[in-house]
Amino acid sequence: MTTHTATTPNATLEAPSKRRLPQEVSILLVLFGIAAFFEVLGWFLVGQSFLGNISRLQIIILQVSVIGIIAVGVTQVIITGGIDLSSGSVVAMSAMVAATFAQDANWPKIIHPALVDLPWFIPLMVGLAVGAAAGFVNGWLITKTKIPPFIATLGMMVSARGIARWYTDGSPVSGFTESFAMLGNGMGRWAPVVIFLVVAAVFHIVMRYTRFGKFTYAIGANPQAARVSGINIESHLIKVYMIAGLLAGLAAMVAIARIKTAQAGMGMMYELDAIAAAVIGGVSLTGGRGRITGTVIGALILGVMLSGFTFLRVDAYYQDIIKGAIIIVAVVVDMHRQNKRSKKT
Amino acid sequence: MVNASQVEAVPSKGAIPQAKPYEYVLEIVNARKEFPGVVALDNVSLRVRPGTVHALMGENGAGKSTLMKIIAGIYHPDAGEIRLRGEAVHLATPLAAQEAGIAMIHQELLLMNSMTVAENIWIRREPRNAFGLVNHAQMRQMTTELFDRLNITLDPDAEVSELSVANRQMVEIAKAVSFNSDVLIMDEPTSAITEKEVAHLFEIIRGLREQGIGIVYITHKMNELFEIADEFSVFRDGHYIATHPSADVTRDDIIQMMVGREITQMFPKEEVKLGDVVLSVKNLTLDGVFQDVSFDVRAGEILGFAGLVGSGRSNVAETLFGVTPASSGSIEINGKTVSIKTSHDAIKLGMAFLTEDRKETGCFLPLDIQENAQMAVIHDDFVKYGFVQEAKLEKVCLEISQKLRVKTPNMHECIENLSGGNQQKVLIGRWLLTNPKILILDEPTRGIDVGAKAEIHSLITQLAHNGVAVIMISSEMPEVLGMSDRVVVMHEGHCTGILDRADANQVAVMDLASQ
Repeated sequence: MTTHTATTPNATLEAPSKRRLPQEVSILLVLFGIAAFFEVLGWFLVGQSFLGNISRLQIIILQVSVIGIIAVGVTQVIITGGIDLSSGSVVAMSAMVAATFAQDANWPKIIHPALVDLPWFIPLMVGLAVGAAAGFVNGWLITKTKIPPFIATLGMMVSARGIARWYTDGSPVSGFTESFAMLGNGMGRWAPVVIFLVVAAVFHIVMRYTRFGKFTYAIGANPQAARVSGINIESHLIKVYMIAGLLAGLAAMVAIARIKTAQAGMGMMYELDAIAAAVIGGVSLTGGRGRITGTVIGALILGVMLSGFTFLRVDAYYQDIIKGAIIIVAVVVDMHRQNKRSKKT
Repeated sequence: MVNASQVEAVPSKGAIPQAKPYEYVLEIVNARKEFPGVVALDNVSLRVRPGTVHALMGENGAGKSTLMKIIAGIYHPDAGEIRLRGEAVHLATPLAAQEAGIAMIHQELLLMNSMTVAENIWIRREPRNAFGLVNHAQMRQMTTELFDRLNITLDPDAEVSELSVANRQMVEIAKAVSFNSDVLIMDEPTSAITEKEVAHLFEIIRGLREQGIGIVYITHKMNELFEIADEFSVFRDGHYIATHPSADVTRDDIIQMMVGREITQMFPKEEVKLGDVVLSVKNLTLDGVFQDVSFDVRAGEILGFAGLVGSGRSNVAETLFGVTPASSGSIEINGKTVSIKTSHDAIKLGMAFLTEDRKETGCFLPLDIQENAQMAVIHDDFVKYGFVQEAKLEKVCLEISQKLRVKTPNMHECIENLSGGNQQKVLIGRWLLTNPKILILDEPTRGIDVGAKAEIHSLITQLAHNGVAVIMISSEMPEVLGMSDRVVVMHEGHCTGILDRADANQVAVMDLASQ
């Protein structure tokens, strides 16, 4: 018989455990490091401060906002062990459909002549609904037909883009009402940032403090154990993909309100930027690990890099090459971290 | 002249007659193998004569698999010697064992399903044409010749995924023979094939025996032993017990040898006054897996489930818990017929299910202890407006983990970093938090150390004392016999008997479990 008594958990210490810093700290340090890198190079190569230019910082964070909103939805999909390749196309589809409900009566090219000057929330609701519907189809396909998320969302990626083009025969939609345009330009042009931060905060709380969040992690960590624990995996996954679609729809609304036009070709590669933000932020592609805060920092890293290379007048081709390399490094680091973990047991 | 690469490509033995005669083609002498916390093999010996079928018998966990893996070069013995054709050999890798003339046919067949029969057999040794490309015609020809020798009628160009299990086994055997192996190890080859197919398999085995191959044959089936084996060796708890010619013994002798251990472990069994029937199962069937399983469990009772691995015990548990809903039959809880379609249904009815495989179906490895412990209880309790009540949960999770003596610095340690015993305690804690009335435990003490085992046993006793109806599946005979009030024995998807505590002994259970 064992003799020790467990009056406090510390009385039966199995191994001394170092108080580990949260993973976000190291990602944050990477962000600061990259910013400092551009600052130093800026003085040498361009003769200007990178961080000292407030309008540049505003542009960075505005650009990050749209990708960031998508990345929050994609993050929870990845935490379930899935992937969503359709977000960029869903942005275009939601944008095209919703834009036709956002037009001002005075605009010369009206798509639905009977539906003009609608209050701002009508096109917003339409955009969210279209996004959520696409997400529902993704989730339904994955849970009912058991096809891999990669394939289901790849199909959606192609089809949603097709719908976006078909909806107005390829012509762009512009001429939005003042009230709708506020979604992208309100609050002293900070509206996209505010929306992004609110979305991130809400889902940070959802993932950490609600049953829904706990179940999301459980499904990604071990779907079989989740099933035995009484979790309805099918309905939960459908909800997760619907939220991802809904947030892609929201990102579309913010984007078209800001640039005041919707085109079928918009949102290209957004899905990859969103996945990259999550992966750089430490979200594990094998599921069960990762946080919204990491994704937010990951999105900022992408934004700073993009802006920094432009600031240094690095050719766009090189930017893509470097971006690709960074994504691969992030995954290699993640794999390495997991190998270390599994070797311990 | 023969150049070096050709010498390597052609198996060096078999074709050339051995100058030195040897009595045993394969000898294992005093092998020992330890894993952290367990001695899997202790001073084990095995001698196989050429041209014989040598059966290995023993309960689950007797050490047969470990021994086979040593012979196949997968594990390396900590001590002892392996002799092949009379000479000591070191088998560094499975490939080295294969090249030395040892072929193993695993219970789970290891073929590449999307490739053809011929490609599977000659992989890495494909005949080449003048351009160095694979010569398919010759490969087909070689396969046909091989099949003729073995009396196998299969199309060399058929894709393996289209073959039945029995035919896949034939491919594995042909592949093993194609290496001109002197030793062929077969791990329960008849576990998944029909009787007619068994007859064909035995014909082939007899043919191989006539060719002088030494065959090591692992089985749980007594009748096969008498039909095919010339000799047999019995193992028990990692020890070698005896070797006899199979003509000299009876079925009962073998059972005695297999279970002959003294039950020295003390189990904290308590006589509990049994309450009413809590769970009543009638003719429960899951098509193709188990049929007509019926039993009752009373409050305070521990109902043991014995039987060999694969007899359907765990499947019954999964069906009761809604993981794989039943095809037919009825489940009554407290006298009311219930429908259990999902695990959530089962949890709501007061059931809890500790699964067999901690890593595969139990732990959420990336998550911390508290998150692992709380996952089954946060469906209905400890949740307000969708928010998990962290503070309350942390308190109860801490209480339960202290009660179960989980050794950990704090509740936010990743469960991956705990030992097997402590992981198991966390999983038991997960289910105790739901206050179950019916607790199903599948191998509750598998792979955990003696101290933690004793703690889990006394916990189970205590739960029964508090009126919980416990169903305990276990492959460890002493555990089943020591803890249970009654024992259900299963064999090939059927319930072959329910023994009262007084009648349940090792011989009786083995008798029902291996007909």
